[in-house]
Amino acid sequence: MERHHYDEMNAAPGEVRPHYRALSQWLAETPPERVMEKRREADLLFHRVGITFAVYGDAQGAERLIPFDTIPRIIPLQEWELLVKGLTQRVTALNRFLHDIYHGQEILKAGVIPAEQVLTNEAFQVAMLGLDLPHQVYSHVSGVDLIRHNDGTWYVLEDNLRTPSGVSYMIENRKMMMRLFPELFERQHVYPVEHYPSLLLETLRGIAPTEMRETTVVVLTPGQYNSAYFEHAFLAQQMGVELVEGQDLFVKEGFVFMRTTGGRQRVDVIYRRVDDAFLDPLAFREDSLLGVPGLLSAYRAGNVSLANAIGTGVADDKSTYPYVPDMIRFYLGEEPLLANVPTWQCRRPQDLAYVTDHLAELVLKEVQGSGGYGMLVGPAATKAQIETFRERLRADPANYIAQPTLSLSTCPTFVERGIAPRHVDLRPFVLSGREVTLVPGGLTRVALKEGSLVVNSSQGGGTKDTWVVD
Amino acid sequence: MLSRVADRIFWMSRQMERAENMARILGVTSNLVLFGTGERQEQNLLAPLTITGTAEAFALRHETLTLEALIAFLAFDGDNPSSIYSCLRDARENANAVRWQITSEMWETLNATWLEVRGMRRERVIGSGATQFFDWVKDRSHLFRGVTYGTIVRGEAFNFSRLGTFLERADNTARILDVKYHILLPTVKDVGGALDYYQWTALLRSVSAFETYRALYRDQIFPIKVAELLILERRMPRSLAACFDQINHALERIEGQHDHAVKRLAGELLARLTHADVEEIFQGGLHEFLTSVLADITELGNRIQRAYLGAV
Repeated sequence: MERHHYDEMNAAPGEVRPHYRALSQWLAETPPERVMEKRREADLLFHRVGITFAVYGDAQGAERLIPFDTIPRIIPLQEWELLVKGLTQRVTALNRFLHDIYHGQEILKAGVIPAEQVLTNEAFQVAMLGLDLPHQVYSHVSGVDLIRHNDGTWYVLEDNLRTPSGVSYMIENRKMMMRLFPELFERQHVYPVEHYPSLLLETLRGIAPTEMRETTVVVLTPGQYNSAYFEHAFLAQQMGVELVEGQDLFVKEGFVFMRTTGGRQRVDVIYRRVDDAFLDPLAFREDSLLGVPGLLSAYRAGNVSLANAIGTGVADDKSTYPYVPDMIRFYLGEEPLLANVPTWQCRRPQDLAYVTDHLAELVLKEVQGSGGYGMLVGPAATKAQIETFRERLRADPANYIAQPTLSLSTCPTFVERGIAPRHVDLRPFVLSGREVTLVPGGLTRVALKEGSLVVNSSQGGGTKDTWVVD
Repeated sequence: MLSRVADRIFWMSRQMERAENMARILGVTSNLVLFGTGERQEQNLLAPLTITGTAEAFALRHETLTLEALIAFLAFDGDNPSSIYSCLRDARENANAVRWQITSEMWETLNATWLEVRGMRRERVIGSGATQFFDWVKDRSHLFRGVTYGTIVRGEAFNFSRLGTFLERADNTARILDVKYHILLPTVKDVGGALDYYQWTALLRSVSAFETYRALYRDQIFPIKVAELLILERRMPRSLAACFDQINHALERIEGQHDHAVKRLAGELLARLTHADVEEIFQGGLHEFLTSVLADITELGNRIQRAYLGAV
């Protein structure tokens, strides 16, 4: 499958884009053996530090390293600034949307989005109705996935507003690059990303229910067997706050406390990396051992803040996604700065008919899916796979959306045979509290298999350091 | 510090100390078996089970009491929670749960120890291989304690680690002394009688006290002095008095909310050991004395659990 795509490094064969020149020169000067040796060193270091992730469904329950590629992905400052404007606009509108649907529901009354689609959405939380949140912010940490199409345009692939992960790799990848190739950082100015944890802490402190006393922030993790446990522990350590599990917290007289050796201690802000359904067995799934009984009542009483808020999933749902440009127009009166991928909603008969006829050209995704599970990449699929998927689609059309196969841009990447182009995406992390901030950079994921468009770490993807340079 | 984290650190340290003590007991037992005969032999083999309170569990798994069966059960049986194997496994598991609250050196020490014992070929750990194995366990425990002492910030993690180590050690010293003394001197009137030299030096060696005895007393081995050394001598690092010194040091630095009962009992025990006279202890009965100390150690452990570590 040979298709035209945007090459991040080369404008044309032999013509390196200006922001890649320093790197390209360095690559030409450096013997490949040295780079290979450094890659092995990186692997060793990542293993020793234990930067691993657990793979769901892996028979051995093994911890694996996410492959790290030593060739950075570079974005010029001017372009980054445009992305920042677009991301700020988008996340601001999404937060306005969340506040609206849990209050006056103006956007539904105006008929911009079909009401039943929002109100019957699984991720819509009735418990959030009428609850006022600090700064009216719901998604404090948003991981917006971007790709660059073959015309050079950036598209938003999905808005991750629940518990997006990957930011620890952004920071660790930078540390690793600076350690392995310090000389690269002398050749050009790369904007730093390592202050992300302090920005996150500032954002979390900014949503404390009261400013009367010093704020206690904690990170809530499902525990050491969660696939992103490393990141939870990493962020807690970097912010200098406690990493707690559900059993460490309890609710008494409407307040949340943690059990410490010095007695109970009040908790004001919980950066939770536990899904809505597991947060409070009294309110949601009663079989949850990961949550804190009574947490919802303390939250509703305004005695504790959660980041992200409960019920944000309704806004990053793939069936809501097609309406985000209209949200931006509705709440902000602006035209969207970042493009949306054209999307067919299979719950609409017309769209379903088109999709059924064009399965081999399209990408199909589950409305609630994430992590690259349960999707079909038409052009890369076998006939049999397409037929199997057709059955699933027919059985439950509302569960799927379809999008054209976008050609993700490529970036030079080390593979077994040397340096070759591989497809990449980009996940910047947008922090929203008193204001919207983001560090210059993000997580670049790379599909290491030739021609593959699936960048998810659970599906054989790797990561790269992401540089914003001027 | 979170109670859950303190609990893991406390038990991680106890389990490592427990593995070391088990290695010490088994090391000495393997040695004694070379010299013993008849009834004494039987007693020597039974002692490790009595000390660790596992005689019944042993009987369920093994028909005859041999040195091989004893080592299989107390060193390598993963279903026996007090075996060396289980202790090393559980210490590592506890460390893994709190990897971010301990130093990477501590984690790496416990992780490497576990990986090594897991990959060990059991059939080689008999005869002279057994002695090597027990020495290796002691070495790993020494290393872990040293790494902990040398790398961790002096905060609650350190305090709870020390608390776990010395509570476990006190418990062990009291048990070894109680059981061994009973075997060697069934009645008080035997004090001062003819001694089985090897048996007594073995007891001393099991708690690294043989050289210390020589250095402090410059004398033959008298049972009453052995008891004095292991109970009251604060300079001897595995004595009860020394353990309670350390326990009280650790407790002084821990700030709890409802921990008066813990600190009072630890203080009382230290006072009792500081002011006791070995002659008086023997008049009231050594076994009775040690039994009450052991009961207090258990009670102290329960109170620590309640005051700091959350309900069991």
